[in-house]
Amino acid sequence: MSEPYLVGEAMTGGYGNGPDILHECTVSVEPGEIAVIVGPNGAGKSTAMKAIFGMLSLGKGKVKLNGEDISKLSPQDRVLKGMGFVPQNQNIFTSMTVQENLEMGAFIRKDDFSVTMNQVFNLFPILLEKRNQSAGELSGGQRQQVAVGRALMTKPSVLMLDEPTAGVSPIVMDELFDRIIDVAKSGISILMVEQNARQALEIAHKGFVLVQGRNAFSGSGKDLLADKEVRKSFLGG
Amino acid sequence: MEFLHAIIVLSNFVVIPAIAYGSQLALGALGVTLVYGILRFSNFAHGDTMAFGTMVAILFTWWFQSIGVSIAPLPTALLALPIAIVVTAALLLGTDRVVLRFYRKQKSAPVILLIVSLGIMFVYNGLVRFIIGVGDQRFSDGARFIISARDFKKLTGLDEGLAIKTTQVITVITAILVVAILFWFLNRTRTGKSMRAFSDNEDLALLSGINPERVVLYTWLIVAALATIAGTLYGLDKSFKPFVYFQLLLPIFAAAIVGGLGNPLGAIAGGFLIAFSEVFITYAWKKVLMYTLPEQFAPSGLMQLLATEYKFAVSFAILLVVLLFKPTGLFKGKSL
Amino acid sequence: MNENIKTYFLFSAVFLLIVITGFVQSWNSALFILNMGLISAVMSLGVNLQWGIAGLLNVGIMGFVGLGGLATVLVAMQPVPEAWNAGGTRILLGLIFGVVTIALSVLIYKKIKNASWRFISISIFLISGFFIYKSILTPGVIAVEAVNPAATGYLGGLGLPVLFAWPVGGLLAAGAAWIIGKTALGLRSDYLAIATLGISEIIIAILRNEDWMTRGVKNVAGIPRPVPYEIDLQASEDFVNRAANFGLDPTTASTLFVKIAYAGLFGLVLLLLVWFSQRALKSPWGRMMRAIRDNETAAEAMGKDIKSRHLQIFILGSAVCGIAGAMMTTLDAQLTPGAYQPLRFTFLIWVMVIVGGSGSNLGSILGGFLVWFLWVQVEPIGYWLVDLITAPMDPDSPIRLHLLDSVAQMRLLTMGLFLLLMLRFYPRGMIPEK
Repeated sequence: MSEPYLVGEAMTGGYGNGPDILHECTVSVEPGEIAVIVGPNGAGKSTAMKAIFGMLSLGKGKVKLNGEDISKLSPQDRVLKGMGFVPQNQNIFTSMTVQENLEMGAFIRKDDFSVTMNQVFNLFPILLEKRNQSAGELSGGQRQQVAVGRALMTKPSVLMLDEPTAGVSPIVMDELFDRIIDVAKSGISILMVEQNARQALEIAHKGFVLVQGRNAFSGSGKDLLADKEVRKSFLGG
Repeated sequence: MEFLHAIIVLSNFVVIPAIAYGSQLALGALGVTLVYGILRFSNFAHGDTMAFGTMVAILFTWWFQSIGVSIAPLPTALLALPIAIVVTAALLLGTDRVVLRFYRKQKSAPVILLIVSLGIMFVYNGLVRFIIGVGDQRFSDGARFIISARDFKKLTGLDEGLAIKTTQVITVITAILVVAILFWFLNRTRTGKSMRAFSDNEDLALLSGINPERVVLYTWLIVAALATIAGTLYGLDKSFKPFVYFQLLLPIFAAAIVGGLGNPLGAIAGGFLIAFSEVFITYAWKKVLMYTLPEQFAPSGLMQLLATEYKFAVSFAILLVVLLFKPTGLFKGKSL
Repeated sequence: MNENIKTYFLFSAVFLLIVITGFVQSWNSALFILNMGLISAVMSLGVNLQWGIAGLLNVGIMGFVGLGGLATVLVAMQPVPEAWNAGGTRILLGLIFGVVTIALSVLIYKKIKNASWRFISISIFLISGFFIYKSILTPGVIAVEAVNPAATGYLGGLGLPVLFAWPVGGLLAAGAAWIIGKTALGLRSDYLAIATLGISEIIIAILRNEDWMTRGVKNVAGIPRPVPYEIDLQASEDFVNRAANFGLDPTTASTLFVKIAYAGLFGLVLLLLVWFSQRALKSPWGRMMRAIRDNETAAEAMGKDIKSRHLQIFILGSAVCGIAGAMMTTLDAQLTPGAYQPLRFTFLIWVMVIVGGSGSNLGSILGGFLVWFLWVQVEPIGYWLVDLITAPMDPDSPIRLHLLDSVAQMRLLTMGLFLLLMLRFYPRGMIPEK
């Protein structure tokens, strides 16, 4: 099997000088696929995501993008390499308009980004409608669309989402997942952390179940959903 | 006729001076609010930054006057203004590089930066006093009035005069221009938007590849311009005295807080609110009341609510009221 | 180096500096520095209570010091019966009316819950109250100020011994601190800073303008002393003989004696306050205060009432500043409202606290002495330096003259640099908190 497109390999590390949260944890995603990280609270899901994006230093292990070792790059440099990241909280500029949020997403681009912006508007039509409205005035689901749209503005090859459906209603969640599938279909790899494990695994090509910073199970989304032990421990039967 | 006279007296002594003073405060408060929004601390050195900028403007005014350069009827200080802004910007950027950047890298608490700004305030204050002294400096030249009280009376045949000083008109026009340019910059340009983004959500701004040092650089450049312009306009309108500029800190901060710290629109509204309240409350209303009230109610005293020396009490009272009733300010604070 | 040895060493060094001043300049200036150093130490002790122990930012020290000064006038000056007859009762009535009005508006604030109604009714109440207050007060003020304005023109004080003024100064400052604390504590720390800056400017404005109370810029001179007068000493045969034993002429001996007596009194106050603060710092109360400072959220979660603790310490610290202010005016024997400058009375105290070591009582005392010493001595040193540097210039060169002229301003520059350097390289101060 050839090397995956983006991979965090045997990552071990924690925040600052604190204790290690991740232990030999491996997470990967292929082009145009959706990979989901699930697991109980405190399993290090978000930490794994942040480690891949370079927001904490790894003691051991490395992060590779398209075969290139990017372990030493800063988050900003990883953005330049084609990674997009949507944090869980405070992931939009609340005082700025929707359009300005997207423009700030494209801040590092020197070329004309109007085409990308139109693509984002096509993907999220509601944003086109509300583009001159202050992002802070939008509903939870719409805010998440702004956040994803902002990250898409750099034309990333990988989009990383930290709990994109936290705090939104089930209907909005389904809608968001549909959009995420659309994004993946356009060829962008998706790596996301999800609390709603069952729904997330249903749309995932690949799933990683973390427990206490270690890989507990991994496999295709279908396999994991079918796995008795996974169901019993994490999906509530 | 009586009513018209009352309006003229009111405009002459209250409305026009308050508009000019309000513009100066608004420009000062904008500087404070920008530093607060982007560098995230209350900059107590702002009054002395204004004093420094004004001092440079005065020195160059004197130099221009000595070599006979003039833009009469406009005051020479306007010609010196751009140079003063450049010098002040150099000072602020130097201060940032030598002093403030260290604390930024350390991610020090805002209150530590506030104390650091006290040190900077001392240094600037000493610098200004060292160079130009503590005395009162008047540096306004050119035409003194657009229309003097006597001309106005002659022109209209009214008993009351309306004087409009050149400096007042210059203040208002400059303030409008500066604010228009600032808002255009913040809302329309890439750099301006990146500053707003940085102020709104620093982490996300970093994720978006916005370079914080560049944002800080632009902030200081703008603050230097705002402080120098505000200070020079104030000095032209009244006079320049280092200690008075230090004392302006209180109404300026009151304006920024009343409007909502970090909110430029709020800073402007706050500036005018403070200025109008100050002038309203310390003005002797006797004349206006004499024109508006029936004779038997004519006031005997000056009808001054508070002595002029208590003008700080006005800023302070407004500040307290806002803190009690709406601690985030009239406009939503902490957003650029 | 052992912490204790270092502390002794630093205090001895400052003491030595003062002694050297005695030998090089004069013992009079040395004692002046010592006395003002003691007072400064009390002030920085008060500020350290607020900032070092509770993390509260008070930039209105000047106001509290000014209230202390006011207390000496109100307590120690003889009352002026003519002025009291002319309008004293009226003024008193006006003030009582004012206080009642404010108290009632606070009651309204508490009773009415609807925000806009609350605002409207309080505004109407306060504005009409203000007019009535003024109409009661103003005639009284005019009458009082008309009574022999060159000599009195004010109500005078209670005619009590001046030492009573010290605790009264503390009480006045505590009262002002209570008002500020009630409104601005619990909000962002910057707001407290601005609010204290505001109240201090207002207090000083009151001292300067309410002539019926303080004679304003005409100053109140001749405040009675807690120590003997030089002239009395010189007239006392016993004292002159004793002075002769030391080989001193009566004039010098009497001035030195008076200053030493003051130093004794101030030292006593300082020792008392240090003793209290040290005990407080080590008590459960002090530990709780520091716990709150270091982690407000955690302390709140543990059920500590942070706002009222903060109010407590804010009042205490301000009261200490008030006591120091009363001591200072007592030393000057006159109240000069025009002399209160924020750079000198607020921000210089901050330099003392930061340089000495925030959170450390001994540190702030050391800072008080050292910074005061520098504040006084920078000018002569600067003059000497500038003179030296510009010596090659023409003695009448305008640059040289301007520089020599501006030397007085160098102290601000020096203090600012000193503060910035300490903050950068020794942020915990000379005697750090343990």
